[in-house]
Amino acid sequence: MAAARPLLLLLAALGPAGAVWPQPLRQLSPPAAGRCPLSPGLFRFSYASGSAVGPGCAVLDEAFQRYRALIFGAARSAESKQPWRKPCTELSVLVSTPGCDGFPSLNSNESYKLHISRDSLLLYADAVWGALRGLETFSQLVGRDEDGMYYVNETEIVDSPRFPHRGLLLDTSRHYLPLKAILQTLDVMAYNKLNVFHWHIVDDPSFPYESFTFPELSKQGAFNAMTHVYTASDVQAVIEYARLRGIRVIAEFDTPGHTQSWGPGAPDLLTPCYLGKDPSGTYGPINPILKSTYQFVTSLFQEVGAVFPDYFLHLGGDEVDFTCWKSNPQIRAFMEEMGFGDDYTKLESFYIQRLLDIVSSLGKGYMVWQEVFDNRVKVRPDTIIHVWKNSPPYKEEMANVTKAGYKALLSAPWYLNRISYGQDWMAAYQVEPLDFTGSPEQKALVIGGEACMWGEYVDVTNLAPRLWPRAGAVAERLWSDATVRNLQDAYRRLASFRCELLRRGVQAQPLFVGYCDHEFDGV
Amino acid sequence: MGRAMGLAGLLLGLLLVPAVLLSTSLGRGDPPPEPELGLGLGLGEGPLAAAAEDSLWPLPQSLRTSRRQLQLAPDRFQLVHGAGSSAGPGCGILQDAFRRYYEYIFGQSRWRSPGRRWPSLRRELSQLQVVIAAPEPGCDSYPRLASSEAYYLTIAEPVAVLKADEVWGALRGLETFSQLVHEDDYGSFLVNESVIYDFPRFAHRGILLDTSRHYLPLKSILTNLDAMAFNKFNVLHWHIVDDQSFPYQSMYFPELSNKGAYSYNHIYTPTDVRLVIEYARLRGIRVIPEFDTPGHTQSWGKGQKDLLTPCYNGEQPSGSFGPINPIWNSTYDFMTKFFKEISSVFPDAYIHLGGDEVSFDCWKSNPDVKDFMKEQGFGIDYAKLESYYIQKILDIVSSYNKGYMVWQEVFDNKAQLKPDTVVEVWMANNYAHELSSVTQAGFTAILAAPWYLDYISYGQDWKKYYSVEPRNFPGSEKQKKLLIGGEACLWGEFVDATNLTPRLWPRASAVGERLWSSSNVTDLQDAYKRLSNHRCRMLRRGIAAEPLFVGYCAHEARG
Repeated sequence: MAAARPLLLLLAALGPAGAVWPQPLRQLSPPAAGRCPLSPGLFRFSYASGSAVGPGCAVLDEAFQRYRALIFGAARSAESKQPWRKPCTELSVLVSTPGCDGFPSLNSNESYKLHISRDSLLLYADAVWGALRGLETFSQLVGRDEDGMYYVNETEIVDSPRFPHRGLLLDTSRHYLPLKAILQTLDVMAYNKLNVFHWHIVDDPSFPYESFTFPELSKQGAFNAMTHVYTASDVQAVIEYARLRGIRVIAEFDTPGHTQSWGPGAPDLLTPCYLGKDPSGTYGPINPILKSTYQFVTSLFQEVGAVFPDYFLHLGGDEVDFTCWKSNPQIRAFMEEMGFGDDYTKLESFYIQRLLDIVSSLGKGYMVWQEVFDNRVKVRPDTIIHVWKNSPPYKEEMANVTKAGYKALLSAPWYLNRISYGQDWMAAYQVEPLDFTGSPEQKALVIGGEACMWGEYVDVTNLAPRLWPRAGAVAERLWSDATVRNLQDAYRRLASFRCELLRRGVQAQPLFVGYCDHEFDGV
Repeated sequence: MGRAMGLAGLLLGLLLVPAVLLSTSLGRGDPPPEPELGLGLGLGEGPLAAAAEDSLWPLPQSLRTSRRQLQLAPDRFQLVHGAGSSAGPGCGILQDAFRRYYEYIFGQSRWRSPGRRWPSLRRELSQLQVVIAAPEPGCDSYPRLASSEAYYLTIAEPVAVLKADEVWGALRGLETFSQLVHEDDYGSFLVNESVIYDFPRFAHRGILLDTSRHYLPLKSILTNLDAMAFNKFNVLHWHIVDDQSFPYQSMYFPELSNKGAYSYNHIYTPTDVRLVIEYARLRGIRVIPEFDTPGHTQSWGKGQKDLLTPCYNGEQPSGSFGPINPIWNSTYDFMTKFFKEISSVFPDAYIHLGGDEVSFDCWKSNPDVKDFMKEQGFGIDYAKLESYYIQKILDIVSSYNKGYMVWQEVFDNKAQLKPDTVVEVWMANNYAHELSSVTQAGFTAILAAPWYLDYISYGQDWKKYYSVEPRNFPGSEKQKKLLIGGEACLWGEFVDATNLTPRLWPRASAVGERLWSSSNVTDLQDAYKRLSNHRCRMLRRGIAAEPLFVGYCAHEARG
């Protein structure tokens, strides 16, 4: 019988408390580090005097509550009976820049410092977003000894992310994901210090986004118009839930391809395909030659631009199939008129160009899949090019994109939907995003990466175990220093982090043989 | 971004998704292409009539269905014992099954007030009468390899009749009946008049779960038994202990799990084990435990001194241990007592004794073992030592009147086997040849090699499992008959309660149909359609089965 022996026979050692995932930039533990006991009854988070934010700051108020629960679970809640101060009863948070009501952005400062000693527990951050990351680190430092006593070891941490864009893509078109599954994913993203939720919300198979400008889109295009949709309040809930965790929500409305589900609810939007002289009854990409198309696109993106507060929208632009355009006589006439010859990438660019102008005029920035760059569409200098293809090798593409002066975002080696037997997190972990030929200026244009969980074979039944802890490998690659890449050390910390995820109720699958004190009991 | 399905996936997706959409939403348009059912299906050509078979899994051996539909009223319909049945209200297995299947059939509609009367415009089906024909229905017994699982189901106004020799066939028939009932757009429960005669192609249809590499909570095992029943599997092969941990709590040797389990929380108490056996019995599922020796026993060593072979580094013991030590009497004393317990705890006539992947390195390093080899005249052929050990274990287990299953190495190494030994073929390399050899030697064989479901890959790998033809090996008709079934194995290196269910279902369902249905049921397109619907039904029944491909179910998992 016997499944083959895995390559790396590593014991599933339970990591000691203090192993943080992703690993902080710098952590110093004094040689004779003391241990601070934490009392579930007494411990609390507080704002330090001099902090630019204080009580009433929703981002931190709620984070304090969340992390208390995460650290102590169902242990006794706060009831401060003793009036005197004991050591280690309070983590004081000092944020130097005001601002609690805004949204995180590409330029947000996520750095923080954490000081843990028996004299004081202090968390310093420039902005609330850094404080959130520091609270997560603190929660991972807390351990529990054999007597059930909570403690944290004395230590100093200085931490900041290596890349500002650390994303996760979920696809809610191939399969619908219930709101709860999305919110739970946002929780786990925060545990991993990921900060961008790339919401690939619609695609060929279904259109679950309920548009108030074009309600027919989801009425006709969702799997089920009543149950398999995201209402406006669902979308708001996702955005706010993400904001409270320092996560940006970037919505993708991919055009002109990947739009089959748009067709039923938007007459004349898609290109009618022809069989010889007659329409075949099937449809292709968005029809780029009609004025009405651009009116529609303008109205839709006006709505989407207003609904999603992030500066960036993802406009897709990938995998446009020209077969249908080629079959359509009006399109062919238009090609001639425009002098495009037989080069349909020019028609694609024509469409994308106009789309980008529309989105720009709405005051939004954009991300696009790499084809838009490959097809030489003129894009604004601040455009983010999303590199997803493995052929040609993504390193070449990274070099080309940055050489042309554009910001690059890497996903090609991180298609986590492509599963295989064994510890495939290691391959994801070993990727080095800056390992391509280029100048330091070029390297500086790489803003990060995204783990992608495309939905062909994924729905709520298998999303969480397929995502976690595999996406954790990507998270550390994007947060931690480039030198942090020892697999054995990573295994030990990731296995222990995975047990922590189970303790927090996340259905994270095992890395390899072993066990956790708190197993998943959801079934 | 693209990930795209790959060309094949895309094409298939385009072809098949509409079928899924059609059959899950109830507003059906044109029926999908007539599936090849192998046996007469002539009557049902209308779109509604097609609905019934669109979700049957595994497909029955013979099915005739008509367009005439009968309505079931949740507050009146009953599952009852029919006249002439040897089973009655005292038959626990059937009483429990009646209640279970009522829930599966009407589950979502329990909000209906019991007194409410629906104006019945249609003909009504008021009862399913279950008739057990054998004088001894088997209500209090355990299912066996030789149990009859055949059943005969006629659904006609005003009552449906399910006839089976034994209760085990009735359980299978209840599952089929529950799959035939569907809910229409208005919430009415409908079933087409049908006649079904059904029986399994193979008698042994198993799922292997590994609770050593990772501990599986009791709840996971029970949930899995539910899913097995939905797929007409009838054997839980419980690979309960292995190198990594020993979660089985032995009454004679409690130290085995005290020391060998991952923790005190990661054990199966005698109560747990009894619960699994009884839960399985009520679903017509045998529980065959595997206590694999002499290899795969690292975890045994922690709680049982002097059981494993001390490995040597030159002249000194290295501190590490190898397989069970075959040269000491104490080993066999231990095994005699241990298997006495196992034989009484597990009621099935078979115990799986493992016998695979024995590494000889440690034995070779040990001077005492080397002396023993000399003494016995084994030369340097350590396979002989292995056989010597296995032989003694087989004799011990035989003495308790138990039969045994072993992994193929035991046969390959020419251990002397009782004629009724079941040899499990697991090595993927040329398994057809192995099946041929095993059956030529007159032994009964079980196939697992092509069904290692822990080996995951991207895409619709269920098709690979589905397309296996177990009897496709060189041999006579007599040899073919010696292949009594197969097992889908989910080894636990990368599997625990977090991912067990979606990784196993519906991929194992592909194996389920291969082992139950007629050999000519091989059409992938038809299977895709039925399996997609079956998967949606499993979701409705609380099994988090993963999707086959793009699409949706009316009732999604809750997450």
